[in-house]
Amino acid sequence: MIKLFASKIFFRSVLIFNTVIVILPLLFIVNSSLRETNDFARTPMKLATHPYWQNFKDVWAGGTFPTYLKNSLVVTGGSLILILLLSLGAGFVLGRYKFKGHSIILGFILSGMLVPAKLAILPLFIQLKWMHLLDSHIGLILVYTSGALPAAIFIMSGFFSALPADLDNAARIDGASEFQLLRIVLTPLVRPGLAIVAIYSAIPIWNDFFLPLVFLQSPEKKTIMQGLTAFFGEYSSQWGIIFAGLMIAALPLITLYLIISEQFIKGLTAGAVKG
Amino acid sequence: MAKSGLKRDQQRFTYLLLLPALLTIIIFTSLPALTTLSYSFFHWTGFQRGSFAGIENFRRLFAFPFRDSLFMAMRHNVLVFIGILLIQTSLGILIAYALYRLKRGQRFYRTVIFLPVIFSLVIVGYMWQAMLDPFYGPVNYLLHKIGWDSLALTWLGSTATALPTLVFINLWRWVGFPAIIFLSGLNAINNEYLEAAKIDGASEGQIFRKIMFPLLAPSMTIVTVLTFIGAFEWFDLPYVLGGSSGSPAGATDTLALMFYRLSFGSVDSGANEIGIGAALGVLIFTVVGIGAGFGSKYLRSREVQM
Repeated sequence: MIKLFASKIFFRSVLIFNTVIVILPLLFIVNSSLRETNDFARTPMKLATHPYWQNFKDVWAGGTFPTYLKNSLVVTGGSLILILLLSLGAGFVLGRYKFKGHSIILGFILSGMLVPAKLAILPLFIQLKWMHLLDSHIGLILVYTSGALPAAIFIMSGFFSALPADLDNAARIDGASEFQLLRIVLTPLVRPGLAIVAIYSAIPIWNDFFLPLVFLQSPEKKTIMQGLTAFFGEYSSQWGIIFAGLMIAALPLITLYLIISEQFIKGLTAGAVKG
Repeated sequence: MAKSGLKRDQQRFTYLLLLPALLTIIIFTSLPALTTLSYSFFHWTGFQRGSFAGIENFRRLFAFPFRDSLFMAMRHNVLVFIGILLIQTSLGILIAYALYRLKRGQRFYRTVIFLPVIFSLVIVGYMWQAMLDPFYGPVNYLLHKIGWDSLALTWLGSTATALPTLVFINLWRWVGFPAIIFLSGLNAINNEYLEAAKIDGASEGQIFRKIMFPLLAPSMTIVTVLTFIGAFEWFDLPYVLGGSSGSPAGATDTLALMFYRLSFGSVDSGANEIGIGAALGVLIFTVVGIGAGFGSKYLRSREVQM
């Protein structure tokens, strides 16, 4: 009995310790972002009893941050729309239809999951230059879409093939076209799959820093993660501004995560956990 | 008649819906991946392709002056893989088991433990740079406070501690991922086995070692393979904290950083060596592909069937 109690305490302290390790750095950033730079430099550990909001105003007024955020929204949003539309369509066809070459096409798509974007970066760079898509959000969106599609199609075709076949026949007897079948009958039923695909692809795109680093050169086109590195070089010792910048960059995802954490966990581990 | 109409409809729909996706993947993933291989067999001047080079680029990659940094970078990747695999797997299993055992508050702890996984490595990197700052960071402040002054190191600034510190930061950000994978592995274990063992008088430790741990093998395969791929393509965190040259003094250099320098030019020399970069890219992909492929085959063969 004592042993059981002891082990329960042990496991709970593991979790509490972990929680503290996760939360403390975040609290330090939040606290420091609300302190004036010189004040912080004198006493880095003090609590921000009188929040100094000017840091946030300064970051925002610099002008580059709103642009970075907007660019990230455009790139992530654009990629997400393309990924959802294309994987919905391809997932429907691969999950519901039987046709010649079905398994070859599925196999080809799955092989795309094995190619790391970093490996293909050199030819991609030259190819995008040739297509006049270098230093452009559209080029970046297409590369992200292509990278996320294999897994997205795989997930969606799984969701489509799990639906009962009678649905299709009933809809067809009622005179629905294939397009109506997909749009009106099946799409609402695969919404959980779309949610998983959305999180699985959007988070890495929002967080990515490598592809913008290579593909985007104009300052006004940079994404938030890429912009942060420039920002840090510029304000290297202005702590208050740096912490506020970190907060602004981190807040959108944290907020979203706190609202729908279960979907995040399911979505981000979708590639690794079956079922 | 109606049947053939349906067939025609379906055929048209198949093309209409598959082609855009397939074309995107072919143009922006398959073609570039295949072209990387061909790039490695040519001479390059800047971004201009020259004459056929045979295996010259591969030979030069393994000769002076690239050889030394290649082997050093590779050594770092191997060390990082081993370090992350050992620490992250054991911590991941420990956390997963703790979550599994304690139903009360599980949701809260799960949410907190997975939180860092959603962060960009850029944010995580800069956050820890601030945490570990020798003058203003809380870590060294605390170490001084409790009198462990000798432990208050310049964590990211000295060659001895930079790489282990990066591994720790990576761990902080990622440990929630294997923890969740292992947790779903534990939850998938049939309760009957556990009940039967309990009735036979097995202790909790015995049940874990003899039943649960072997049945976690599929999760272990996934985590190991993902860690391997991640470790050999490690780029973001070393780049954010050490720049493209892996400072201090190359102590955090990795294969992917070297690939980046060769492909797009380093800060100090400016010139790029696309042929050699492509050769290194092919090398990395071969290592990752063979390692992940054979690794998962081997690990899978050791999984027990339920």
